[in-house]
Amino acid sequence: MKTLRHSAALAAAITLTSGMAQAEVTLNLLLDGNADTITMMEALTAAYTAANPDVTFEMENRPGGSEGDNMVKTRLATGEAGDIIQYNSGSLFQALRPADTLADLTDLPGQANVIDSFKPVVTAPDGTVRGVPFGAAMGGGVYYNRKLYEELGLSVPKTWDEFMANNAKIKEAGKVPVATTFGDTWTSQLFVLGDFFNVQAEVPTFADDYTANKAKYANTPAAARGFQYLEDVFKAGYMNEDFGVAKFEDGMRMVATGEAAHYPMLTFAMATVKQNTPDNINDLGYFALPGPTADKNGLTVWMPSALYIPAASANVDAAKDFLNFVASVEGCQAMIGAIGATGPYLIKDCALPADVPPSVADMLPYFQTEGATAPALEFLSPIKGPALEQITVEVGSGIRPAAEATALYDQDVEKQAKQLGLPNW
Amino acid sequence: MASRRPSPYPYWFVLPAAVVFVTLFLVPTIASFWFSLTRWDLFAAEFIGWDNYRQFFKEPFLIQGLTNTLIYAVVTSGAKTVLGLMLAVLLTSGIWMQGFLRSVVFFPVLVSTIGVGITFAALMHPTRGVINLGLESIGIDGPAWLSDPALALYSVAMIDIWKGVGLATLIYIAGLAAISPEYYEASRIDGATRWQQFWRVTVPLVRPATVTVVTLSLIGGLRSFDIIWATTRGGPGFASDVLASVIYKQYQAGFYGLATAGNVILFLLIAVIILPLTYWFNKREVDL
Repeated sequence: MKTLRHSAALAAAITLTSGMAQAEVTLNLLLDGNADTITMMEALTAAYTAANPDVTFEMENRPGGSEGDNMVKTRLATGEAGDIIQYNSGSLFQALRPADTLADLTDLPGQANVIDSFKPVVTAPDGTVRGVPFGAAMGGGVYYNRKLYEELGLSVPKTWDEFMANNAKIKEAGKVPVATTFGDTWTSQLFVLGDFFNVQAEVPTFADDYTANKAKYANTPAAARGFQYLEDVFKAGYMNEDFGVAKFEDGMRMVATGEAAHYPMLTFAMATVKQNTPDNINDLGYFALPGPTADKNGLTVWMPSALYIPAASANVDAAKDFLNFVASVEGCQAMIGAIGATGPYLIKDCALPADVPPSVADMLPYFQTEGATAPALEFLSPIKGPALEQITVEVGSGIRPAAEATALYDQDVEKQAKQLGLPNW
Repeated sequence: MASRRPSPYPYWFVLPAAVVFVTLFLVPTIASFWFSLTRWDLFAAEFIGWDNYRQFFKEPFLIQGLTNTLIYAVVTSGAKTVLGLMLAVLLTSGIWMQGFLRSVVFFPVLVSTIGVGITFAALMHPTRGVINLGLESIGIDGPAWLSDPALALYSVAMIDIWKGVGLATLIYIAGLAAISPEYYEASRIDGATRWQQFWRVTVPLVRPATVTVVTLSLIGGLRSFDIIWATTRGGPGFASDVLASVIYKQYQAGFYGLATAGNVILFLLIAVIILPLTYWFNKREVDL
């Protein structure tokens, strides 16, 4: 009783002095368990508790992928998701029923620091913002080995034909042209998903028409091209011998060490290189997935995950104060300090350090050039067929021709749209 | 069949069991039938009639999944039955270190399925796996066991057989022990060869064990999931998908109502296959 009164008095004192109504609080964080996530969060919480010693944090790691999706949904549905969750933005965020399950963060003062292009991907259907960005934006393109490019006298390709011509020379030199890792099936989707900049450059209305059941992969040649690319690479024999079982980390190792020349991947992979093959970090370069023409080439961008507050949290105010810090320049710098610069952050005036690894430096000009980036389809439409990764594995392993695969994927998309109960489907 | 006799137990005696049965078995079963008729995202369930069943039967990989399920169940069940009997005959023949060898055969049954799956995925690696390195040393170019679409399902079945044959062997050892030695003595006096003894004495008299082994391994094969998921995840593509992995992927995608409908179908399928089979086995047993 005495301690309670004591802490109440302390709380009152803090309220009076700093304007924050916080007694001793413990905030429970639910994270996706990636090494980078944990490192960034440790830096953020350490910086925050330095200024707010009465707040402590408890971190819990969940599995990634669809197992993690189901866990987050179950926790939210039963009101046991803790005080802050870290989770994807875009279509996966929409599947959480944000308007019912997450706290409204529209009026969070820190939202003023968040770059406008991020807000739509954490906005509930009722127009309220429910999250703040966590981490850097990612590109979906191709890692390449700069040493190998130099040795063979190659230049960065701007069109698909140039890319394939490079591959032919790389194969001749006895190296693997395109590292392929179907042991982690999700890695098989990059040629299709990363090609979206080129799709929308050619068919600007594709995302809307696709959501409205007016455009299909099978009858939109620009959209079907990604599947064809995968088939071309397989047919030309440009993959590593163990492509069927190799994993994501194998792919990053191959391209970093020069065993392979290219690896189509999202730029979050930089963290893996830093951990596994740090000596090769400067050998990596990056380019956007080449398309049909050089003048319309640009980068497909993935928004980072976000932090949300479950509506059932008992410490909404304390959690909001922390998210306010995450959305500040200091919070952003804490994240950069923890894992280095992997890409541009979504906080205004949050400058990257001057010396970034070459693969990051390759990516930044796309962001600095008007019209050289486009968000990936999953940030523009709620529909992403769940079987895409199996279908792209089939195309990339020569089991199914690209032309059939697009029709099959359209069927998969239809199922997803129906399960979401979308109009017009 | 058997007429109902009045229970010798008073109601209060069976009440605890009844409570457990109703809350943990009956209610979830009925609830799953209800949820299979809804679009369910864990937050809310909207009644949509038979749409989930219609969608599930439209699933492009359902037919392949069903065929694979049947192939997988028949191959694993058949191999476990035949190998199990052969091993049981070997391990009851009084060979050297019989007790130790029996536990060696049974040991894989005790190991975690996921662990076995991960281990074999490493052993079956096309370029770095022990199996293909061994084949290479004798001049054979080993296949991509788990990533060749024509082979993947059978590779997984082989792992399953290795892991499960110990249980079949154990059941057969018990069945063989129950056969009275007098039958063998009598047949030997009548001049039967060892081969004839096996077919005319052992096989018919070990029938109860065969029934158990076939039924258990067939049910196990039909609902098999963990070992497939740990090795191929139904891949490459959809090549080693079985009904259970097709259902699991619907659940993963967040289609909870659809996945529940799939489970109801799996339940009905197992019932349709196993009920006539047990009926047929039991009838034959009476004829014998």
